[in-house]
Amino acid sequence: MNQAIRHSWVAAIAMFALIFGALSYVQVVGADELKANAWNKRAILQNYCNDRGAILVAGTAIAESVEGNETCKFQRTYTQPELYAGITGYFSKNYGVTGLERAMDAQLAGSSDQLFLDRIGQLFLGNQPKGASVELTIDPEIQKLAYDLIPDGQRGSIVVTDPKTGNILAMVSKPSYDPNLIATQDAAKEQASYNEIIKVPGINLNPSVSGPTGALLAPGSVFKIVDTAAALGSGKYNADSQLPNPAEMSFPGIQYRLPNYAGGNCYTRNTADFAFALQQSCNTPFASIAEKLGEEAIAGQAAKFGWGQGLGDQLKLDYAESIFPRDLDAAGLAQSAIGQRDVRATPLQIAQMTSAIANGGVQMTPNLIKAVRSPDLRVLEEPKPVPLRTSTTPEIAGQITEWMTSVVSEGIGAGAAVPGVQVAGKTGTAELGTDGLNNSWFTGFAPANDPQVSVTIVMQGVDITTGAQLTSPNAKKIFEAVLNK
Amino acid sequence: MTHADTMPKPRRNVELLLLVLALAVSIGANALISIDDQNAFDTDFWFQSSLLAVAALAFHVVLRIRAKYADPVILPLVVALNGLGLAMIHRLDAPGEDTGNNQMRWTLIAMAVAIAVIWLLKDHRILRRFTYISLAVSALLLILPLVPGISAGEILGARVWIRLGPMTFQPGEVAKITLAIFFAGYLSSNRDLIMLAGRKIGPLQFPRFKDMGPMITAWLVSIGVLIFQRDLGSSVLFFGLFIVMIYVATSRISWVVIGLSLILGGGFIASQVFSHVALRIDSWLNAFTEEVFGRSPGGSGQIVEGLFGMASGGLVGTGLGQGRPNLVPFANSDMIIASFGEELGLIGLFAIVMMYLLLFTRGFRAALGTRDAFGKLLACGLSFAVALQCFVVIGGVTRLIPLTGLTTPFLAAGGSSLLANWIIVGLLLMISHTARGPVDTTPMQPGRTPEAQKTPGKPAAAPGNRPGKNATQTLPDAPTEAVKQL
Repeated sequence: MNQAIRHSWVAAIAMFALIFGALSYVQVVGADELKANAWNKRAILQNYCNDRGAILVAGTAIAESVEGNETCKFQRTYTQPELYAGITGYFSKNYGVTGLERAMDAQLAGSSDQLFLDRIGQLFLGNQPKGASVELTIDPEIQKLAYDLIPDGQRGSIVVTDPKTGNILAMVSKPSYDPNLIATQDAAKEQASYNEIIKVPGINLNPSVSGPTGALLAPGSVFKIVDTAAALGSGKYNADSQLPNPAEMSFPGIQYRLPNYAGGNCYTRNTADFAFALQQSCNTPFASIAEKLGEEAIAGQAAKFGWGQGLGDQLKLDYAESIFPRDLDAAGLAQSAIGQRDVRATPLQIAQMTSAIANGGVQMTPNLIKAVRSPDLRVLEEPKPVPLRTSTTPEIAGQITEWMTSVVSEGIGAGAAVPGVQVAGKTGTAELGTDGLNNSWFTGFAPANDPQVSVTIVMQGVDITTGAQLTSPNAKKIFEAVLNK
Repeated sequence: MTHADTMPKPRRNVELLLLVLALAVSIGANALISIDDQNAFDTDFWFQSSLLAVAALAFHVVLRIRAKYADPVILPLVVALNGLGLAMIHRLDAPGEDTGNNQMRWTLIAMAVAIAVIWLLKDHRILRRFTYISLAVSALLLILPLVPGISAGEILGARVWIRLGPMTFQPGEVAKITLAIFFAGYLSSNRDLIMLAGRKIGPLQFPRFKDMGPMITAWLVSIGVLIFQRDLGSSVLFFGLFIVMIYVATSRISWVVIGLSLILGGGFIASQVFSHVALRIDSWLNAFTEEVFGRSPGGSGQIVEGLFGMASGGLVGTGLGQGRPNLVPFANSDMIIASFGEELGLIGLFAIVMMYLLLFTRGFRAALGTRDAFGKLLACGLSFAVALQCFVVIGGVTRLIPLTGLTTPFLAAGGSSLLANWIIVGLLLMISHTARGPVDTTPMQPGRTPEAQKTPGKPAAAPGNRPGKNATQTLPDAPTEAVKQL
């Protein structure tokens, strides 16, 4: 009997050994994972009332912690809330943290390892913990200009980057919202505002599903840049190739006809060279390229431009990966080649494509962070330009630049022309359905011979005329503003 | 057992010293919490601290008088655990809430009852006379929560509560003790029969079918608790208690095999048939999926919030009163372990779990030391029940196993649990008193024990699985055959 008692004791000890193991796992081994869980409100509650570092644009705070009340020493406020909401995100007690507030939380909250020495200092001096400040690459004037170029009530995004460095100079979208309403300490107000805000269609609350980094839109004709790069890169086409340019294309076995673009002068020729096809944005020449090269070649080139790929680790914001569908039939491939059907791209992805052409085929890593500084202004982090991927050769990029320049000087992108400056551009009109509404695109860069700035504009759900007015002419204004600085 | 050859020592002074330490821990914890309060060290604090100290010392004095050879470590361990629980419950009380004072009242009631048990019972072997009465009382206690009029209805999905005037009570907690008494009494009388008969299959000797009666009874009780009271935790506890006791009575591993297969089979069928069991298992396996996390009731929010709390405590904890254990639902009862994990850290929680480990180890020690089969079975069963209950609760909180609604002994808020566990402590102290004391006390009235009535002429069984191999185990089982008269 005593032996059995001892065995029972061993069984009880074994259970307790399991308990010790489980406790160690939860509290030490797996603790970091649990702390990082998005549902875990403790992290934000812990530093909710601390003096969080500021997010700065050209030396001015766009998000900062100001004196709060008795229960909470500091209150997070956004000085130009709607203008920067898509970038800063919000810092909310009950709805979590988004945008750069989340991505740079370790630095802003002062818990980053880079701030270790500062923390020790605070400990000894008894000071309140204070986070590092984050300075952005954004140019506030361009950001404001771009934001105002999207009419209120219009859904759209604008991305302005420096193609040589990957620095983002402006990134805006509408509709936007006021993050102050969600960062308030008044829980009832916070909840009411949140419920009000999420009702707005297309609102950019989560950068991985909406806004310049997250909205997955049909790119339309701007995708023809991918076809052109694929054609030249295949060796089967050269700069002088003549492409078939029928009024419509038919496919074996189905009723569907792919029509040419009706808005330009496509109908005047039965064959077209690349320059004409791009200038007038004819559809059938590019569909024929896709037919000849096959799905693999187009998809491969799309991947080289970033479709289905990541955007590096300097953007910090969440984003969506752009999509090029696979296993297409002949009609599907033809439609995909002109950026319709199920091809999707974020505005930032189109900006990346254009910047690769501008930068001799090399795509730079998109970057929002100019510098991270400790409370005593010591620079903790200063991202350098990093090439992200090679999209095409310098020769092909140069050739496409030449053709894109003619789109603006002689073709349907004329509205973007800036006097005295060579502007390269490409327009796109992606049909959304049969009701005549489109996603209207412009993407381009200037000056063509020494690119300083790339601009990508998309206006969602507009008719052809409105789209034309809101894209190329607006790009011109941004080119002028950047180049006249 | 070899301490018959050394002079027994009461060790009551050791107990007193440890008790002072335990009180220092309890009152210290309470003081740490009071510091953050507006009215630190007010009369309430001094009143509660002195009440706890007086009650603990009174218990100590009773032991000096009635059970002077009782294990000196058990009482201090329990006082420390109970005191820590009081401090934490007090700390978790929102303004206007009175759970802390209620727990204090129940602590005093429970200690008084435990003292009464020691004072009135004198010798645990008397309980053997109540074997079948215990069974009847167990059945009554388990049925009470289902009786209309007395039942407090379904609270948090389980029907385990009865209404006593203004209070609610969980009779199942006490049933744990009466069932243990029944099993101990029944098995100590019938273990020879169960042991000797049976057929051998492979290395295991299986019992005859008619000896399976008690096993089937225990299984039915457990399944009944699961179905009618919807209390998975108690169901597992009752059955685990029974398996251990029948294993200790017979030393047959086959009982454990049969028992585990019954419980696994029953559990599997229950998870298929009853939604409350399926939900428990789902919220354990898929705790971190959005749908399960947000589900209410029956979601994993409670477990996950508890895990977040414990993770934020880390190795050293936030310090008492410095964390946010209130974010966890039931922070002062079912999830009190998570509250301790957050504020005392892994180190503090290890210390608490170590106290439980020492507590049940001392219980097993008493089982080894006592000379009667009934006492051995009872001490072993009760000690194992405490260990199993801790395992089920802490395992559930740490997501090692599905979370069930059992209470953490001595720590969690809840009067019935406190009362039952203090009675267990009283019984363990008494058994340890006979175990550690001089080899024999006065004999019980001859001819009155159930065994003597039932198996006349049959030699008392040797209390060992290998008779003859262990010379120290040849002491006879029946108390009528005293060896040494002091």
